[in-house]
Amino acid sequence: MTLKKTLLASLIGATIAGGALLPLTASAETLRIGYSADPETLDIHEQLSGGMLRFSHLAFDPLVRWTKDFDFEPRLATEWEQTDDTHIRMTLREGVTFHSGNPFTAKDVVWTIERLQESPDYKAIFEPIASAEAIDDYTVEITTTEPYPLMLNLATYIFPMDSEFYTGETDSGNDKAEIVKAGNSFASRNVSGTGPFRLTDRRQGVRVDFERFEDYWDTETEGNVSSIVLTPISENASRVAALLSGGVDFIDAVPPNDLERIRESGDVELIEVPGTRIIGFQLNEEKVEAFQDVRVRQAVDLAINQQGIADRLMRGFATPAGQFSPEGYSGHNPDLVPRYDLERAQELMAEAGYEDGFTVDMIAPNNRYVNDAQIAQAVANMLSRINIRVNLRTMPLAQYWPEYDTRQSDIAMLGWHSDTEDSANFFQYLSFCIDDETGAGQYNYGNYCNEEIDALVTEADSVTDLERRNEMLREAEAMLYEDVGFVMLHWQNLAYAAANGVDIEPVVNAIDFPYLGDLVISR
Amino acid sequence: MIAFLIKRLMHAVLVMFVISVLAFAIQDNLGDPIQQMVGQSVPESEREALRERLGLNDSFLVQYGRFAKNAVQGDFGYSYFYREPALGVIARHLPATLELVFAATLIIVLLSVPIGVYSAIKPRAVLSRFFMGASIIGISIPVFLTAIVLIQIFSIGITVTLFPESTGWGAWLNGLLSTQGSMPSFGRGYDLVHVVGHWDTNMASWDGLKHLVLPAISLASIMLPLFIRLIRAEMMEVLQSEYVKYARAKGISMRRVYFVHALKNTMLPVITVGGVQIGTMVAYTILTETVFQWPGMGLMFLDAINRADIPLIVAYLMIVGVIFVVTNTIVDLVYGFVNPTVKLTGKPA
Repeated sequence: MTLKKTLLASLIGATIAGGALLPLTASAETLRIGYSADPETLDIHEQLSGGMLRFSHLAFDPLVRWTKDFDFEPRLATEWEQTDDTHIRMTLREGVTFHSGNPFTAKDVVWTIERLQESPDYKAIFEPIASAEAIDDYTVEITTTEPYPLMLNLATYIFPMDSEFYTGETDSGNDKAEIVKAGNSFASRNVSGTGPFRLTDRRQGVRVDFERFEDYWDTETEGNVSSIVLTPISENASRVAALLSGGVDFIDAVPPNDLERIRESGDVELIEVPGTRIIGFQLNEEKVEAFQDVRVRQAVDLAINQQGIADRLMRGFATPAGQFSPEGYSGHNPDLVPRYDLERAQELMAEAGYEDGFTVDMIAPNNRYVNDAQIAQAVANMLSRINIRVNLRTMPLAQYWPEYDTRQSDIAMLGWHSDTEDSANFFQYLSFCIDDETGAGQYNYGNYCNEEIDALVTEADSVTDLERRNEMLREAEAMLYEDVGFVMLHWQNLAYAAANGVDIEPVVNAIDFPYLGDLVISR
Repeated sequence: MIAFLIKRLMHAVLVMFVISVLAFAIQDNLGDPIQQMVGQSVPESEREALRERLGLNDSFLVQYGRFAKNAVQGDFGYSYFYREPALGVIARHLPATLELVFAATLIIVLLSVPIGVYSAIKPRAVLSRFFMGASIIGISIPVFLTAIVLIQIFSIGITVTLFPESTGWGAWLNGLLSTQGSMPSFGRGYDLVHVVGHWDTNMASWDGLKHLVLPAISLASIMLPLFIRLIRAEMMEVLQSEYVKYARAKGISMRRVYFVHALKNTMLPVITVGGVQIGTMVAYTILTETVFQWPGMGLMFLDAINRADIPLIVAYLMIVGVIFVVTNTIVDLVYGFVNPTVKLTGKPA
């Protein structure tokens, strides 16, 4: 009798399990992606870039990841607890395996954090971490040097690597773990992560092939993509054509000029997401004395019609901004909106004694941000109405940055995305008083300096009570708004498009890393 | 013959030397490769260390000396982006470009000779006038426009609603002018057949050929009108010459006069121009390959410029220089066979 019951139970069990697995196995789908770029390397710590993070989300899993609403979702870490001001304890998921077959444990997390601290690109971001320690196989304790409120933000960057796989020496005697920029290291050619997709073939600049990892831990996901072919198509028109002709199923970075065309096409679907990259201008106070006067800076800000640029030039493809932090960020202050007022701007110029204006140089890239050169042109025209005559020079990205670094121009365009998805990062890089020792104000082109704001943001960064911290950051935004430490334009939107039946809407987000493991295709 | 080849070899070396010096001289204006290699928040000290490691801080002479020393030994530097020797990267991309150029050349030869000859023999025929008109238009349309139009028509498809859909003839005309669009618009496809080494061919599978058609047509579109007009002009000139008149007077069939006696002499200048143009075509692939995302040298070069991948840029320019020298040499050799009165070494006869 018992035997029969057991048999019956296991039969039922098998049926249920089979039923649950059915949607996964029954509809094996290939996703053909046309991204604007392919991953630069396979070593996820070699370079911090959007392309690399997208790759990280395919072949690896982070400890936690961002949801669409900027909350944290557990991935390889299931629980976390701030034990005291400087310690956070994370419980790791059990039963996870790497693509190599090695089991995932706490030592991999510790190894990965230590490697991040060695990486030139991540070193600065991971500076607050003093050490990481494996308490047992599935518990990790991270110690910070000072009270640090953004530990979970950092955890979105911790994609545990297979420490066993990356330990040892290659045939030529090099350390498998070494991080070599633009070099031929083991990690830049071989990969073993825990992610939903296993890399099967890669021809750099031509295509990358992935297959779904058969032992992937997340069996609850409805994602049914069984293999991925990623083709980099850098030319905007070609990428759109590839989608419209059915050559690929999913593209990123739809150019604003093609938005209408894609919206109207019945075969593909356009998904727009408000982005988090702030676009704006920096006024060089070193070169132009007038910009040291807050009234002149305010006049510049008031003379620029952010809404007009967003509506007409960007065709609704941007959200006009009055502050660094986009909605959803901790420091977003809903009161700070663009304040275009040409008359007031002219008055301010007169008050400051610059009624007749002056002539300045402006530089802008022409292939970095969406419509960058046109935006710069429009802003130059707007400034001419308060008698600031602008000589605009635009140039390709490769030449723009060396030019930017010399800080020889009077106004420069810049777009910035916060690596930590947190408001403080904007201030630290763009508006902090320049300090070569600490690296503060590394992108503060105009040498703007307001020590009050700096002090407030610095203090906020050691407050672990997030409510109070957000309050302080909102205050900092308000102060910068008044003082015009950065001329805000807009947050550039993100646009993806996919063939009908490829349901990308739930898996794309404002941070531009589609979670393709969860993508459902129904054709 | 041997002397000629040796002389050309020295030409090639000289060309490579001059190009490499020029490329090195302008590398500072190509942009900062470091910026492409690091994240935005990487501090200046790290950037400086990387610059030092890559030897970008050395003076022009030191950098060039190091490059030249390695280049003599066949090492043209290391691509920053591909993380492997630049020469290897180029070798990997070369077959795709050569196949494209070959396919385009094939289209040009197969179309320009009959069309050119026809419009020379019958200059007043309606068809000849049509070809001449079309070739003027063809010569003035830039290649990327041709490419985009081809993609729109044959890959994406167009729907024409110019005529009233309700009437029978309107619907028929609309249907006639609309296209479905099923041709692939990018890349070489997934059905490549491996031949040898880095060479995977598009020419051995149906899918591969389909991917090749549109890029080859748009690449051919620049040269085709030129050759049609060239062949027509040469042929008309030859038809006026004494020996043709004599052949006709002798009663040789017109067919034989046109295609055996006249065509031979028509082709002499065409071969010279053609050889040079094949070299130019390698350069034109930059545009065609970019629009069609054709993974050849042209696309690779444009990407390298965008990334300021200087070693790859320098190596590419030198290789293209060599390709020019080689095609010119081959043209001269072929010319010598076709027209034995030409002395290769250029000594007075």
